[in-house]
Amino acid sequence: MGWIDDWGVALATFLPALGAIVLLFVPSVQDRTVKLIGTISTFLALVAGILILFRFDYGRSGEIQLEVDTQWIPTIDARYHVGLDGISLPLLELSLLVTFLCAIYLWFHVPEPGKVKAFFILMLLLETGMNGSFVALDLILFFIFWELVLVPMYFMIGVWGGPRREYAAVKFFLYTLFGSVFMLLGFLALYLQAGSFDMLELRSQGIDASRTFQNLVFLGLFLGFAIKVPMWPFHTWLPDAHTEAPTVGSVLLAAILLKMGTYGFVRIAIPILPEAAVDFAPIIGILAVIAIIYGALCCLAQTDLKRLIAFSSVGHMGFVMLGIATLNDAGVNGAIFGMVAHGLITGMLFFIAGSVHERYHTREIGELGGMLARLPRFGTLLTYTAIASLGLPGLAGFWGEALALLGSYQPGAGLDPVLFRILMVGGGIGTILTAGYFLWTLQRVNLGRHPEAARLHPHARIIDVQPLEWWAWAPLLVLILAAGVYPKLVLGVTDGAVQNVLRSFGG
Amino acid sequence: MNLPPIDWHAIAPELVLTAAACLVLVVDLFLPDEAKWIAMPLSAAGLFGTLAAVVSLLGAERVTLAGSFEVNDFALLFKALFCVIGLIILALSLDYFRDGRYHQGEFYFLLLCALLGGVVMASARDLISIFIAIETISIPGIVMAALRKGDVRSNEGSLKFFLFSVLSSALMLYGMSLIYGVTGSTNVDEINQVLPQQHEGLVAVSVFFVVIGFAFKVSAVPFHFWAPDTYEGSPPPVAAFLASASKIGGFVGLLVLMFRAFPAVAEQWRPAFAVLAALTMTVGNLIALRQQHIIRLLAYSGVAQSGYMLVGFALIGANADTNSQAFKATVIYIVIYGLMDLGAFAAAISFARRGGTYFISDYSGLWNRSPALAGLMAAFLLSLAGVPPLAGAWAKLFVFLASIEAQVYWLAVVMGVNAVIAAWYYLAVVKRMFFDVPEVSEPIETPYLLRAAMGLAVLALVASFVYPRLVTDLADRSVLESRGADVELSSP
Repeated sequence: MGWIDDWGVALATFLPALGAIVLLFVPSVQDRTVKLIGTISTFLALVAGILILFRFDYGRSGEIQLEVDTQWIPTIDARYHVGLDGISLPLLELSLLVTFLCAIYLWFHVPEPGKVKAFFILMLLLETGMNGSFVALDLILFFIFWELVLVPMYFMIGVWGGPRREYAAVKFFLYTLFGSVFMLLGFLALYLQAGSFDMLELRSQGIDASRTFQNLVFLGLFLGFAIKVPMWPFHTWLPDAHTEAPTVGSVLLAAILLKMGTYGFVRIAIPILPEAAVDFAPIIGILAVIAIIYGALCCLAQTDLKRLIAFSSVGHMGFVMLGIATLNDAGVNGAIFGMVAHGLITGMLFFIAGSVHERYHTREIGELGGMLARLPRFGTLLTYTAIASLGLPGLAGFWGEALALLGSYQPGAGLDPVLFRILMVGGGIGTILTAGYFLWTLQRVNLGRHPEAARLHPHARIIDVQPLEWWAWAPLLVLILAAGVYPKLVLGVTDGAVQNVLRSFGG
Repeated sequence: MNLPPIDWHAIAPELVLTAAACLVLVVDLFLPDEAKWIAMPLSAAGLFGTLAAVVSLLGAERVTLAGSFEVNDFALLFKALFCVIGLIILALSLDYFRDGRYHQGEFYFLLLCALLGGVVMASARDLISIFIAIETISIPGIVMAALRKGDVRSNEGSLKFFLFSVLSSALMLYGMSLIYGVTGSTNVDEINQVLPQQHEGLVAVSVFFVVIGFAFKVSAVPFHFWAPDTYEGSPPPVAAFLASASKIGGFVGLLVLMFRAFPAVAEQWRPAFAVLAALTMTVGNLIALRQQHIIRLLAYSGVAQSGYMLVGFALIGANADTNSQAFKATVIYIVIYGLMDLGAFAAAISFARRGGTYFISDYSGLWNRSPALAGLMAAFLLSLAGVPPLAGAWAKLFVFLASIEAQVYWLAVVMGVNAVIAAWYYLAVVKRMFFDVPEVSEPIETPYLLRAAMGLAVLALVASFVYPRLVTDLADRSVLESRGADVELSSP
């Protein structure tokens, strides 16, 4: 198994891209072959991920493991440097798992207008970009993977999306591009100051520059990451992108893509620029709480199921950002837990919303109702996931929010406890609002009267959960419960790495 | 009068290309009309021959013709690039000129002559040979632009190109003669040594004129007005030539002059380039936003791309390290630009061959009509926009990095903002091809040769994205070092 140390990360990252290349040579009429090759590629990548799980030394989760560091572009001293620690491992596994499940889901739910081959190629490229972002330890390498997700997602929304797909696709693309330009400026400024693109080296040697310079660089990184998360007030691309994207696109966007932003904060911005992080933390915290409350209020006003879930993402990512802003052990651990939980839960919610749309040909909450009676399994799944999402103890959604709030009670060194306690109260109000809109949604969709046949869409096909849907969803459902009951599953891995990240704060 | 000894091997590429051009011209005379297309494979053979001569010189460091002609890695890189560009243009000309029954023989002859200018330019290290090289590129270009004799637009475009070209040549010559007057030499290295001791104002004026002359050639704002009209009016393969080989020829000349002949007085002209670069990319991009005609869009986007290539010149002089970074970034940008821009032209031409139109509105739903063509076009446009996974991303990144390293932050910000503006109009075309429903559903067949050429270009772009050393190593080797006494670079 020693070869996993050298090749595991590369396999998990590049197997999907390899599959995409193979797919290029498969005639597009052979739907089954295309689906098979696509699914196998994601599966093999997942297998690599599972082998990594066995190889990873959990006792040393704070250190980078399975590290590979070779020359890549000597001219600018950019290296192919990848590796995993306790922070990146859960996210990589999440990405591998969710993409594989999406591939299964695609077997029977190819969005209009078909073209399975192109869809799979894009999804596989997207996976390489996502996985790569979580394992890259070189800023240029990270940037390349980060940008690599742009084009596939743009096409996914633009070709397979809903009625306003063009607007949503361009908005997504330009917004993210705008952010990443500033992020890149920040990276280059770091390089200029410290002479390296290596995240670990930058972290260990620190940035020996004025506070103003550090703050400016942090601002650049902040713009790039915050747009991706997205934090209020940079969130406006998200509801559009989510609502218009095809189901699989929404799932990947919510479950993985958003995490790249928060991961960027934990992996790059905070450990490399600790002083600036202390300066920025109150701002991040305030914006996060605004996002929590604003997201919840927006959810109360939504009539479209998918748009509602999209706005709930804004709120949940607000909790993650609040956790990061506390700069202490509990908060940052909670943030990473929140990322994983949100990936599982919101991914699942988007799957459900997509399947509802396929059955009813509408996502208008007002046109649904009585689902629990008519489609008992479906209704139960929706209830389960929605309750997980609102943070019921015992399910995954609880720990991220709880730890983020706990962390704000006594924020990290240098932060104003009074402010963060106020933020904690704000976040607490947010959880109540969240519970409110989810319960209200459940009431409207699951309870009440099922719409009469005459009021249904002519093409509506009201069937309960299909076998392949079970296969695609079961792992998420199980993990939501498992992580909720036994949070150490995630926290046990992340804690060491988080302590390492926070070392510069004396925490 | 003693003629300087000639190193015949060093000028072998030029000799082969000249011979090929003459052969094409003569053979064309004896071919019946329907067989005139044979001039194309003949020209291709000539270019392959030139390429072989270039390869035979690999690693050489030779100077001949009394120091005015230098063969080194830099020269060989660009000689090879001109040959590759020439081959791609040949691939996209065959159908166009054969089916249109245009002046096939003349076109191929003129194309080879113009490429000869480029190949000479790569080695020219003397004001006179630089001037001769740039004119050898431009003059056949003027004639080629007018090849659609019956078309008013072609005539108009060619006339505009002619007038601007003559004007710019006159300005350039005036500047060069002043430099000769001031320094008493036409050799770039000697000029660099003597120039700093001369009267500042006079030096500034003469360099200024030379730069303006080149600014016309590379269509930098505000000297770009000829480009869109000329591109639109010319036969499209000629437009592709003007946008790639002709522009690159201008940039090679600029590289030699600015990094070799005038770096010692960089302080005086550096700010002008910064302004020129910022203006060129911003204006080019803003006007490109409104274009509906694909060739005009590519013309304005080409103007904007010139802006990025001009950035490197605005960074000269801080110190030797940033100089070499700026130089390398520019070289990389030029090489990648040549490939991707030519690719976009090739895709537009193959679409027009069957679709019969150059209007972007007619690209609707191209993906359904020809997935391969839509994919290739999208790849070139996204590369021009600088989005991974294509080499255009590195081109932009390296220029970006060079400007940060030279601490010219405002230019980096201008570039960043422009990258977003440019993404908008490139994406607009992509959006039409992929997101819109086609009005016509008839499939489009791409000529085999063209498809192969474009496929190879995309492959090269993707390969150099994944493994950027393919281009950075070339650029590393091709640093243009001053010969003779070490020249102190002025500090900023």
